[in-house]
Amino acid sequence: MSLFSEVPQAPPVAVFKLSADFREDSHPQKVNLGVGAYRTDECLPWVLPVVKKVEKLILEDSSLNHEYLPILGLPEFRSASSKVALGDDCAAIKDNRVVGVQALGGTGALRIGAEFLRRWYNGVNNTATPVYVSAPTWENHNSVFADAGFKDIRPYHYWDAANRGLDLAGLLDDLEKAPEHSIFVLHACAHNPTGTDPTQEEWKKIAEIMKRRNLFVFFDSAYQGFASGSLDKDAWAIRYFVSEGFELFVAQSFSKNFGLYNERVGNLTIVAQDGENLTRILSQMEKIVRTTWSNPPSQGARIVSKTLNCPELFAEWKGNVKTMADRVLLMRDQLKGKLQALNTPGTWEHITQQIGMFSFTGLNPKQVEFMIKERHVYLMASGRINMCGLTSSNIDYVAQSIHDAVTKVQ
Amino acid sequence: MKKMNRPDSKLNETEVKQNGDAGGQLSVFTNVHTAAGSPEKRLLSAFKKDTNPGKAYLAGREYYSEDGKTFELRLVRRIKQQLSADPTTRPEYPSPLGLTEFTRRATEVALGKSSRAIVEERVLGVQTPGFTAAVRLGAELLRNWYDHCAAWCGPVYLSSPCDDSLAGIFQAAGIQDIREYYYWDDQQRGVCLDKLLEDLLKAPERSVVVLSASAHYPTGADLSHNQWTVITELIMRRRLFPFLLLPPQALCYGNVEREAWPVQYCASQGMELLCAQSFSHCFGLYGEAVGHLLCVLKQNSLLLSVQSQAATIVKSLWAQPSAGGANIVATVLSNPAHVVEWKEEVKHIVERCMLIRELLRERLRLLGAPGCWDRLTQQSGLYCNTGLNEDQVEFLSQRRHVYLLPSGCLNVSAINGRNLDYIAESIHRALTTSL
Repeated sequence: MSLFSEVPQAPPVAVFKLSADFREDSHPQKVNLGVGAYRTDECLPWVLPVVKKVEKLILEDSSLNHEYLPILGLPEFRSASSKVALGDDCAAIKDNRVVGVQALGGTGALRIGAEFLRRWYNGVNNTATPVYVSAPTWENHNSVFADAGFKDIRPYHYWDAANRGLDLAGLLDDLEKAPEHSIFVLHACAHNPTGTDPTQEEWKKIAEIMKRRNLFVFFDSAYQGFASGSLDKDAWAIRYFVSEGFELFVAQSFSKNFGLYNERVGNLTIVAQDGENLTRILSQMEKIVRTTWSNPPSQGARIVSKTLNCPELFAEWKGNVKTMADRVLLMRDQLKGKLQALNTPGTWEHITQQIGMFSFTGLNPKQVEFMIKERHVYLMASGRINMCGLTSSNIDYVAQSIHDAVTKVQ
Repeated sequence: MKKMNRPDSKLNETEVKQNGDAGGQLSVFTNVHTAAGSPEKRLLSAFKKDTNPGKAYLAGREYYSEDGKTFELRLVRRIKQQLSADPTTRPEYPSPLGLTEFTRRATEVALGKSSRAIVEERVLGVQTPGFTAAVRLGAELLRNWYDHCAAWCGPVYLSSPCDDSLAGIFQAAGIQDIREYYYWDDQQRGVCLDKLLEDLLKAPERSVVVLSASAHYPTGADLSHNQWTVITELIMRRRLFPFLLLPPQALCYGNVEREAWPVQYCASQGMELLCAQSFSHCFGLYGEAVGHLLCVLKQNSLLLSVQSQAATIVKSLWAQPSAGGANIVATVLSNPAHVVEWKEEVKHIVERCMLIRELLRERLRLLGAPGCWDRLTQQSGLYCNTGLNEDQVEFLSQRRHVYLLPSGCLNVSAINGRNLDYIAESIHRALTTSL
């Protein structure tokens, strides 16, 4: 008898299933709006020109050693990554109370951050500390914190479906009512899946309550630069919180803004109250990493590090990022324009008000099913679309399909 | 995990007055204690601080070439260039289970192409970011799904001695009950099978036993085929579960199949097993974190379920593994001409390690160093156990600036033409100086 005979089949991951169904579909006009990666106007993945250039430089560099990276990662990568999030003139960095830990993508950064907090935050091994994630949020947030040992994971109000915007009142209310020391997972920009971010004034309100109520800030930053085209603008919320004196974590991912999806490049930035705290925290982090992947992969970290640490390459990278962001903004603009031209019922302002890769269209599950089955346009059941899946060749078809879904299906 | 509750009193007195002061409150991390660094880390730190020009670090994990550096296999360098010029490479998320071509080849390299288990489709292969990650994934799978009806939480048996990070990995996966089985015998200068069997006989049913398939770390002492037959018979009889470790495959004897023999033997006996593999050593891809977890099941009806659960676990650990290194390994292993070339380069590494062992043995013999040094050449691979005790090891680092692992084990590849004499002399002194 096998020791695994009782193992049940785990439910499939929705977004992978969607991609699989899309691949099986033979319809000539099929469109995949469920993919989580950038696509060019020819609907192809894009290797950033600066990445191609840097890869070559690395290949030709005979001075590179081929040893295991240190457990905490490539030092130049870690410092450059934290700097790109917090800004060149960040006082906390100058005060030596900021450190980065290289991780396996944004997921890895979230996981080691969560593991640390479960062991050392709000007591020792306090699995009861509530962890709040936005409603809705990237579905992996729940798994990461649950598997790190947290028993109490709760939603906080975020998306207002009726008004297709941020439910600020609900959010602020949840902050007021959350038990002290609760952990809140905030999306630094380009909220996944709604694309709806708080304004600067709204962030200030959020920060005020969080400081007053001793709530812990854990930023998820997967789209810096990708959302607005500006690294500084997309990091505004993080920098504001740091300037307000918060101790916080930032899980950074370079998958999207460097197109390094397959190299798993992430960084956990830790802002502590002082350097002494930081040393102790780092020693525990090392212990956690040592039992997870021990030594992180070097290729992606070298690419990012070389780019961020060289002014010309950095400038070139910013240009590449802006190219991606601009294409997304263009598609948003055009989609809204076409829906308005078709007189599709409802308001479509949210398409251009939202930011980043994703947009919550507002389509209900029946309408989504229509889109998939009748029009072969694939999107998530939540109505989320990836703007990168839109191109100049398919945007008319998609706009028409949305129009049909809204008018034919209630 | 030890509970450490003493707050750091020094911190309570610290006043934080700087830009961004959060109202003069205590840090939210006051409870955090400094973790004791790993022994390896402390050793490396001491070595780095050592200013003696003749210092030698013999406790590293990588293979060092004659010039004292880790290096890239020529073949690997060529493949990297090829892959970088390949216009069809797509920057997208790989599957959580990794590159199919890689897992296929990694599985074959462990089980052999014609393995019945592969033919019967009851083998799961998962690419992981390195060896530690493979062990972690295996540990998580066991804790979550081993005998689902009853809550299983150990025990896990590790060899004495073993890689000191292993216990931590199982604990991080939620298994606290970690025990040891007798392995290395100082007197015999090798594995003591009788005591090993004694310990495993006492193990409760459903215990997991972690065994090194080859190149045991840190002793370099491996089990013979006969010993494997006896041990696996006991494992099957007592319903224990084998978790095999295959980190530096091909670096022991230069023979991929020979080193995977224990894995193939267990599979041929119809056993279920887990096997953690690493391709860092044998491809010189240390920085690239190329690992693999092999899972051999008894029935192919279970494959999809176990696969889906593995993917679920991976999703919240690292989501997907990194592609670069796995691509290189897959490219080499799926091309017969590349394989021949790869084996040649690896053979060179193995031969050099063997040569160093011989030279060291000779030097020690000529110096009249007490003890029998034949075991140096009887074992093979990167590591060997010198038999030095803790005091002697400390003497070596403090007085001679030669750093060995506390267990007396050393990495032979770090010895080269420039330091061989000094190291042999140092070992001789450690053994003959009264301490």
